[in-house]
Amino acid sequence: MSAIEFILAGMLAAATPFLLAALGELVVERAGVLNLGVEGLMAFGAVLAFIIVYHGGGHFLGFVAAGAGGAILSLIFAFIALGFRANQVASGLAIGILGQGLSALFGKSYEALTVPGIQKIAIPGLSKIPVIGGLFVQDIVVWLSLGATLAVWAMFAYTKTGLVIRAVGENPKAAHAIGYRVIAVRVATVAFGGAMAGFAGAYAAVVYTPLWADGMIAGRGWIAIALVVFGTWLTGRIFLGACLFGAVSLMGLAAQAVGVNLPSQLLASLPYLVTIVVLGVISADRRLHKLNGVASLGESFERTP
Amino acid sequence: MSVSSAALLPTLVRRERASLTATLLAPAIALIVATGLNLGLYVLMGRDPVSVIYAMLLEPFVSFASFSEVLLKFGPLLLIAQGLAIGFRAKVFNIGAEGQFILGAIFASAIPIYFPQATGQWIWPAMLLLGALGGALWASLTAFWRVRFNANEILVSLMLSLVAAQLLYYLLLGPWKDPNGFNFPQSVMFQYDAMVPLLIEGTRVNVSLLLALALSLAAFVFMQRSFMGYKLQVGGLAPRAAGYAGFSEGSAIWLSLLIGGFAAGLAGAAEVAGPLGQLQRSISTGYGYAAIIVAYLGGLHPIGIVFSALIMAALYIGGDNAMVSANLPIAAVRVFQGSLLLAYLIAIAFVRYRLEWPRAHRSPS
Repeated sequence: MSAIEFILAGMLAAATPFLLAALGELVVERAGVLNLGVEGLMAFGAVLAFIIVYHGGGHFLGFVAAGAGGAILSLIFAFIALGFRANQVASGLAIGILGQGLSALFGKSYEALTVPGIQKIAIPGLSKIPVIGGLFVQDIVVWLSLGATLAVWAMFAYTKTGLVIRAVGENPKAAHAIGYRVIAVRVATVAFGGAMAGFAGAYAAVVYTPLWADGMIAGRGWIAIALVVFGTWLTGRIFLGACLFGAVSLMGLAAQAVGVNLPSQLLASLPYLVTIVVLGVISADRRLHKLNGVASLGESFERTP
Repeated sequence: MSVSSAALLPTLVRRERASLTATLLAPAIALIVATGLNLGLYVLMGRDPVSVIYAMLLEPFVSFASFSEVLLKFGPLLLIAQGLAIGFRAKVFNIGAEGQFILGAIFASAIPIYFPQATGQWIWPAMLLLGALGGALWASLTAFWRVRFNANEILVSLMLSLVAAQLLYYLLLGPWKDPNGFNFPQSVMFQYDAMVPLLIEGTRVNVSLLLALALSLAAFVFMQRSFMGYKLQVGGLAPRAAGYAGFSEGSAIWLSLLIGGFAAGLAGAAEVAGPLGQLQRSISTGYGYAAIIVAYLGGLHPIGIVFSALIMAALYIGGDNAMVSANLPIAAVRVFQGSLLLAYLIAIAFVRYRLEWPRAHRSPS
């Protein structure tokens, strides 16, 4: 298998944790909330899924628990940042530290243990195409994530729910004045974002690399937050960004396979370095941010009496 | 206002003026609440709460030997948090202190690693200075990216921390590995003159603690008394007003990040030139992240941070104790840290707001 084929075949699976978490964060940010706890929410979801799958509960139950766990933890964030109008940056960091701590605590006795992964599903016909055929052999979660991407895109493009979320993020005062419950909408999006981060963590821990190691999320939650910025809050671009990061995280393995001898630490840093560079390139275009950015991002909403 | 929610839930009402009582009580209340919640968790985990509470909260203070270990953790936490708080007040969120700490340790280690035979009392001060510059240099990447390209400093500084950790592993597994170190990822042990002189005989506490306290005083003078500090705070509280007054956002970002990086780099240098005596893979036990909590818990105020750094340092030592005596995983410390910040953020809300409970019998008006 050539390096290109290897990357094409593995890209979507590697992209899935980024994609799921970034889709969740996109919806949260569109409602005007900045949740920086994604890394911790993913770590928490990952450990819950791993423990359940390890004890024979099965992958489905593992994902359900991870989603529920992520949602519950993110509701603590909502309680503090939205209920008590605390600084969203600090609240997000706190929930992230808590999630990573709980993950390490619960995962302590599972260190280096493994669980079975899940089977891949090949699309008949398409999977036989040379070079790109590997793209069409993926596990069920990857297919569902593609569906989720379409659903989020359609929600913002065509539904009233999407419109309400955007109104709440763009101008919470106006949204409140015409009768929408700003805080309730925001809490709901935060819970959704938490569940998606939980799923993302579950995918990383019980499907992508079904082996428990503390700190296994390794910055992917942070990259997911960066992806929302890269994608300038647009679903399609976030999907492309996630694919890019999926490919970048495979490049280390591909480089070793074709005999390029680089220090493994440099290859491990590659996704972080790419994040920094792309963040610089995209953010430099201030017009793009003004156009697509969320006006009230990170600001707490207070009803004026 | 919908009737159902108004009838059941209390609402937050803005106070006429900030409550000083709430400001002072918030950290104490947060500590009590977090302790209670975490004890509950330990009981669920089947640990004896009395022995955990003794190991975590009292044992660090009962003997001078263990208290000196608290002081050893207090120094770096204090340094990093003072630096970060200055930036946080200017609303520049440098959360990459961990990486700046690592770069400080790397830069400082370069001297004894490349000049292992050198002697003289100049070595350790030179290491501290080089470390501080290394931290500031690493932070300046974030500042440049933010000012030049408008890139979010939270994400860039965090990514650079992850890169810094990989850089450290690279050095310790490759060019800087101790050839006689049985393949452990660590450097050679540093020579005597590379060590910061001890402050208290019989302990590992060294002169860098005085440096941390002196810089806390400097932070106090800078933030509370100087015009530059005032400009930074105005920039954080009212960016538009700061703009009209001619305070540039760019210089606030540069200043915040350079100060934060300098302090974190100094802390990293003091760690390798102090208790460790070599560059190791585990030079930081999350100081850079814990210091964020220290900064908030201290109300982003130089004096408050002295107390919160002491609490957090005791928590580190207490966590170590509880690991030995109550078989509590060390990750419990991170859970405690996270819940402490969450509890504090709720408690601090009462500085600006008070709760108003819905009255059962509302007189018709």
